[in-house]
Amino acid sequence: MNTYKKLLAASALAMLTGGLMAGGASAKTLVYCSEAAPGGFDPALYTGGETLDATGQAVFNKLVEFKPGKSEVEPALAESWTISDDGLQYTFKLRPGVKFQTTSYFTPTRDLNADDVVFSFERQKEGSPWAKYVDGASYEYFEGMDFPKLIKSVEKVDDLTVKITLTKPNAPMIANLAMDFSSIVSKEYADKLQADGTQQKFNEQPVGTGPFQFVDYQLNTAIRYEANPTFWKGKVKLDNLIFAVTPDAAVRVQKLKAGECQLTIYPDPADVEGLKADANLNVVQESGLNVSTLAYNTTQAPFDKPEVRKALNMAIDKKAIVDAVYLGQGTPAVNPIPPTMWSYNKSIKDDEYNPEAAKAALEKAGVKDLSLKIWAMPVVRPYMPNGRRTAELLQSDFAKVGVKVEIVSYDWQEYLKRASDPKHDGAVIIGWTGDNGDPDNFLATLLSCQAVGSSNRAAWCNKEFTDLIDKAAVVSDVAERTKLYEEAQVVFKREAPWATLAHSLVTTAMSKNVSGYVPSAFGVHNFESVDIAE
Amino acid sequence: MFRYIASRVLLLIPTFIGISFIAFIFIRLLPGDPVIALAGERGMTPERHQLLMEQFGFNRPIWEQYFSFVWNIFHGDFGTSIASKRAVLTDFLTLFPATLELSICAMLFATIIGIPAGIFAAVKRGSVFDQLSMGIALVGYSMPIFWWGILLIILFAGILHWTPVSGRMDLIYFFKPTTGFMLIDSLISGPKGAFKSAFSHLVLPTIVLGTIPLAVIARQTRSAMLEVLGEDYVRTARAKGLAPRRVIGVHALRNAMIPVITTIGLQMGLLMAGAILTETIFSWPGIGKWMIDAIAKRDYVVVQGGLMLVALIVMTVNLIVDLLYAVVNPRIRVK
Repeated sequence: MNTYKKLLAASALAMLTGGLMAGGASAKTLVYCSEAAPGGFDPALYTGGETLDATGQAVFNKLVEFKPGKSEVEPALAESWTISDDGLQYTFKLRPGVKFQTTSYFTPTRDLNADDVVFSFERQKEGSPWAKYVDGASYEYFEGMDFPKLIKSVEKVDDLTVKITLTKPNAPMIANLAMDFSSIVSKEYADKLQADGTQQKFNEQPVGTGPFQFVDYQLNTAIRYEANPTFWKGKVKLDNLIFAVTPDAAVRVQKLKAGECQLTIYPDPADVEGLKADANLNVVQESGLNVSTLAYNTTQAPFDKPEVRKALNMAIDKKAIVDAVYLGQGTPAVNPIPPTMWSYNKSIKDDEYNPEAAKAALEKAGVKDLSLKIWAMPVVRPYMPNGRRTAELLQSDFAKVGVKVEIVSYDWQEYLKRASDPKHDGAVIIGWTGDNGDPDNFLATLLSCQAVGSSNRAAWCNKEFTDLIDKAAVVSDVAERTKLYEEAQVVFKREAPWATLAHSLVTTAMSKNVSGYVPSAFGVHNFESVDIAE
Repeated sequence: MFRYIASRVLLLIPTFIGISFIAFIFIRLLPGDPVIALAGERGMTPERHQLLMEQFGFNRPIWEQYFSFVWNIFHGDFGTSIASKRAVLTDFLTLFPATLELSICAMLFATIIGIPAGIFAAVKRGSVFDQLSMGIALVGYSMPIFWWGILLIILFAGILHWTPVSGRMDLIYFFKPTTGFMLIDSLISGPKGAFKSAFSHLVLPTIVLGTIPLAVIARQTRSAMLEVLGEDYVRTARAKGLAPRRVIGVHALRNAMIPVITTIGLQMGLLMAGAILTETIFSWPGIGKWMIDAIAKRDYVVVQGGLMLVALIVMTVNLIVDLLYAVVNPRIRVK
């Protein structure tokens, strides 16, 4: 090989790898220290945030998307949409000229059209040839958001028009369509893989319309992306994006400080002050769209009496929990939805922390020698930095009013399974991070009668409350919905199925030369608007 | 010889059955199940749970599941992960070289430092060096790996900037691995600087993983040497005027090495336990972290398949060693 050919081969290789090798030094590369490896690259197959970041956020788009940092939606692959008067038909006008990514493994021959949208939803239904295209495929978000029952049909009207027909009106539908499991995938790519008999590649080598296109995944190590040159919003500022899988929170902080990555998430609360003090770093803290709670089992005596639950709530020093467990990076929770969410009822006052009054209320309710089990969650979640410590603080608070607490804990999977069983014994520390910014995603998911046995860990079925949120889910007028959700929160506070504990701040730390990062309210991480100074 | 080989190979059958049974049953004895992990906090309705358990085949009689697991292994199918939907064998083959490379380096580190330290401590028994090195060995042995790892990262990577924090290689280097061993791959196909990067990434995890074996080997070498140095034949060797270096290096050391080599063998097996923590701290993409994640998610398929693959490798290595013994030492064949 002569020198010229060698040079040509070298530059081709450098281009192939997105200019990542020592040669493409001028390219703008951001390394993001992520907390876990992605499950795969099909955004509809997984529920973990690490996978949604690596797929739905980086590679794909949805018909509608959340405005950066907000919970309102804006047009994305759909330029506009209309909803029929009966709230059953959603008609989307697709954006013309949107290109799927051209990668080393797929070259699209056509632009995005209605076939892609129809396929993106139809494939997730039982009975579709794609329902089981890899062993163990199950579309848990599609199922969990009730889409199989909610969606009657997804039809192509013409090349750039799609009509989604529902079985009943559903006001949160548009927000649901902005979630990552609703990502629009390429039917042309899927058909090619099916013809080749290599369908599993659909979950290994993604093709979307999003800001970054997939280059390579080194198992449990790093994901490499390059900017999508044909991105419909115009090429993003970064040339390359790398996810460096770094499971340990303390190590992520060290990597950021050492310059091995330029942005990271979820540091230990104890490390935040140190990060803020570092002159080379910026720390962004946002109120997370989350809540942590102590869910009483409302089916068991004496916790089936609202007055007992209210009395216990008065015994909890939430401020002490926020200070000791969240190290001040949170706020005591009053309502089951966070204050940043629309329809949050500001007029509701929290149960006053008053051990004496709590004691008197318990006596009045005829409860003596009360004892209960408190479940301490064994894992760290953005809404709960330390379940064990929280349980200990609750134990000491309850001891002050004469209630004996036994702290129990189980392995996380077992914890979730047992806590879902309405017959479980004790009050469960648990929480939630919103998926889509709609109050329905908290109130119906966590507290409706329909969710008893799964995500309603208080096993609380209150007809008045459920009727209000069911009604709110079918009316489309936002003002009317707001009123209904505000009323539902009043019922919640009166009945007290939970002690609402805290809403946490979500921390992102980055190098000073990183700009344009907008933290998402839903705990996903998007790098579309990010830039890095050289 | 043929009878010997046949007997060793036949012995693998009950071993295989025993291990496959343990691998299969171990994860199922833990509470929880793999399906619930798919939905996270959201949970799932009992009906959906039942449906998925049926689809994955976890509702079948346990013996039926076991036989299909063994049957599939005989056909080279170790299953597909419930959580990631990837083939267990493919993931194992990708991740195992990382664990092996780290384990070998940790063992080399422990041996190269531990044996001379042990010898020196024994020869200079009671000296400052002896007391200091054995004191350090005791501390090293009792050190929690997690704390030790973070401490080294903060000091060498965070403050002194001598080593990288974590990972196997600087992410600016990107090439397709050939062997999966970064030190080798970076030499074969990596760009300039890749080998240095791979080496510098290995330093801290090697020290962390090698610390406990180092302490054990140093202490074992010291006590074995002390025992041998007190033997009559060593005194005789000294009396006949042999140079001290020759007495220690040839006469004493060779006999002292027998228990040390046994210790090294045992420590190699124990490294796996340490590797799980070391891999987590250093974001090292090996099978230790992979298996722990699978246990946490109750990913039955990965746990049973992964354990079986590790066992098969150990069984194969043992078989080869047994056969080599027989080649080297004919008396074994006769027995």
